[in-house]
Amino acid sequence: MRLGKFVLAAMATALLSGTALAETNVKIGVLNDRSGVYADLSGEGSVVAARMAVEDFDAEAKGINVEIVSADHQNKPDVASTIARQWYDQDGVDMIVDVPTSSAALAVSDITREKNKVFVNSGAATSDLTGSKCSPNTVHWTYDTYALAHGTGGAMVEAGGKTWFFLTADYAFGHALERDTTAVVEAAGGEVLGSVRHPFPGTDFSSFLLQAQASGSDVIGLANAGGDTINSIKQASEFGITQAGQSLAGLLVFLTDVHALGLQTAQGLVLTESFYWDLNDETRAWSERFAEAHDGDMPTMVQAGVYAGVLHYLKAVEAAGGTDAEQVVAKMKEMPTDDPLFGQGSIREDGRKLHDMYLFRVKTPEQSEGPWDYYELVATIPPEKAWRPLEEGGCEFVK
Amino acid sequence: MFELLGIPPQALFGQLLLGLINGSFYALLSLGLAIIFGLLNIINFTHGAQYMMGAFVAWMLLDYLGINYWVALVLAPVVVGITGVIIERLLISRLYHLDHLYGLLLTFGLALIIQGLFRNQYGISGLPYQIPPLLSGGQNLGFMFLPNYRGWVVVASLVVCLATWFVIEKTRLGAYLRAATENPVLVGAFGINVPRLITVTYGFGVGLAAFAGVLAAPIYSVNPNMGADLIIVVFAVVVIGGMGSILGSIVTGFGLGIVEGLTRVFYPEGSAVVIFVIMAIVLLVKPAGLFGRAA
Repeated sequence: MRLGKFVLAAMATALLSGTALAETNVKIGVLNDRSGVYADLSGEGSVVAARMAVEDFDAEAKGINVEIVSADHQNKPDVASTIARQWYDQDGVDMIVDVPTSSAALAVSDITREKNKVFVNSGAATSDLTGSKCSPNTVHWTYDTYALAHGTGGAMVEAGGKTWFFLTADYAFGHALERDTTAVVEAAGGEVLGSVRHPFPGTDFSSFLLQAQASGSDVIGLANAGGDTINSIKQASEFGITQAGQSLAGLLVFLTDVHALGLQTAQGLVLTESFYWDLNDETRAWSERFAEAHDGDMPTMVQAGVYAGVLHYLKAVEAAGGTDAEQVVAKMKEMPTDDPLFGQGSIREDGRKLHDMYLFRVKTPEQSEGPWDYYELVATIPPEKAWRPLEEGGCEFVK
Repeated sequence: MFELLGIPPQALFGQLLLGLINGSFYALLSLGLAIIFGLLNIINFTHGAQYMMGAFVAWMLLDYLGINYWVALVLAPVVVGITGVIIERLLISRLYHLDHLYGLLLTFGLALIIQGLFRNQYGISGLPYQIPPLLSGGQNLGFMFLPNYRGWVVVASLVVCLATWFVIEKTRLGAYLRAATENPVLVGAFGINVPRLITVTYGFGVGLAAFAGVLAAPIYSVNPNMGADLIIVVFAVVVIGGMGSILGSIVTGFGLGIVEGLTRVFYPEGSAVVIFVIMAIVLLVKPAGLFGRAA
């Protein structure tokens, strides 16, 4: 064991000094939804992003052989667990990345801890991943329900939306998002009049929307995602709910959702994301490369998070000189993060990645200059305001 | 204001109406399934994919060719119906002498393939399709705001369902169809081309699914999985109504839409399963379904 560590250290030194003497093999598993409601916002695009990270890291020249595998977890925690186990036990996967659907992500986080590997989550939302269900092996990269609640929820309350009614997807993610947004609304002196929990995934939301309308709330909070949000927004406009003065808070809306809705329906929607392709020169350049490799589709923040997460993981592997989970995660948390998509940031003790969040408003069809030109920036939320303070999370291994 | 079952009557009426609207889709889809099952003895698992194709064809007509909703309402079912005819001639017709299961597996496999192809091409999030300008806006009914388009869906679906029922039960063509269901050999002996009758019937059943798809395009997201989500429920509707019963599928379609709508008010978490619970109860009490004849 000691000898092993010595060799690893020697390797690291060799790598750092620029001469690729030894080879490290790294196997990365991209686990996400490849056929269901979240397939566009993660799916194959996340695999493309992971490959780009390996390319940009220039792994080969550094003596690190990276292999990427991918699988479809169908948004089911049991399927996700089975794949994760097989990957870790039999296929020699060192790190799993992405995993949208909070219930699946929590399951993978548990298994990763049990097997002592690394889990970099980009796709899932629940803030429990770095809170009550935190794990020393998990890094939560892109966004979480707390940041969404404070971004969109905070902005809506500030704009005068004092009373709320929630449409909540009936599983871990929806519950967490409703809980975190309720906290924001109540802290700002607002009131939650009620909520309705709808089956996931659903198709017809008119019944739930009518209940929301009957509540007479200022704001209808959509604590759902993907196809559910698309249908909710479409039908809210159809039933004249938004026209009658109630506003919709899409608490989690992705670029691909806006693309599917069309600007005619989505215009004016306020939403929170941590990445948008048209933020600056670097994000534009990267996104164009991504689009070229992915049928012309622009990346979502989830896919951007996969890129940045894999890039930072590989840097940590290089610095640690191997794939030992403890050392790699320690390095990931120790080194500041720096990538073209999220800029400079850091990873906190509880696994929370810290960077800016952005409040966007969806453009009107007249404002948009072409395909994928959808957002205008309303506000930049600095990390200290965007993320839940460390001590409030209740993560057990953080003193 | 008095309350009925704990909620204001206005809200209750609104939910009943919404249930009726959803029931329109169930009725149209289960009708097509019932016709196909009645004549072909095939459990058409491709039905959901064909419903989805109807919506996509409408979208393609508009996006690529600039053809509007009203034309698509006629054209899309025809186009999808023709693909149905091709599928029946090439594949399904080879399975009539085999057990039900083979037809089920074939159509299920086809559905997966069709959905996969559309997913590869168009992604999963769906495509925007606007409500036709003539039907945008809505009426304030006092107890709820009824979008014009939803009203149209109920009317269109009722008209098509009743017309189909009329053709099958009251016309000469329908009599041939029913006779061919009972005894294809004897009907063939009278000089009627039974295989062609069967092909046309399958095409028509598929066309009904596509028609429902076009109706759905402006209100639900047009995506490759839209049929897969719905079709399981529709199968339950057909089972409750009685396999192959035309009137049964129409009545249960609308009825279960309403039951589901009410569940969404009283116990929203259960709205995804309520139809299956009813199915289980009906199967226990009346195994042939509410309108079915015991075999």
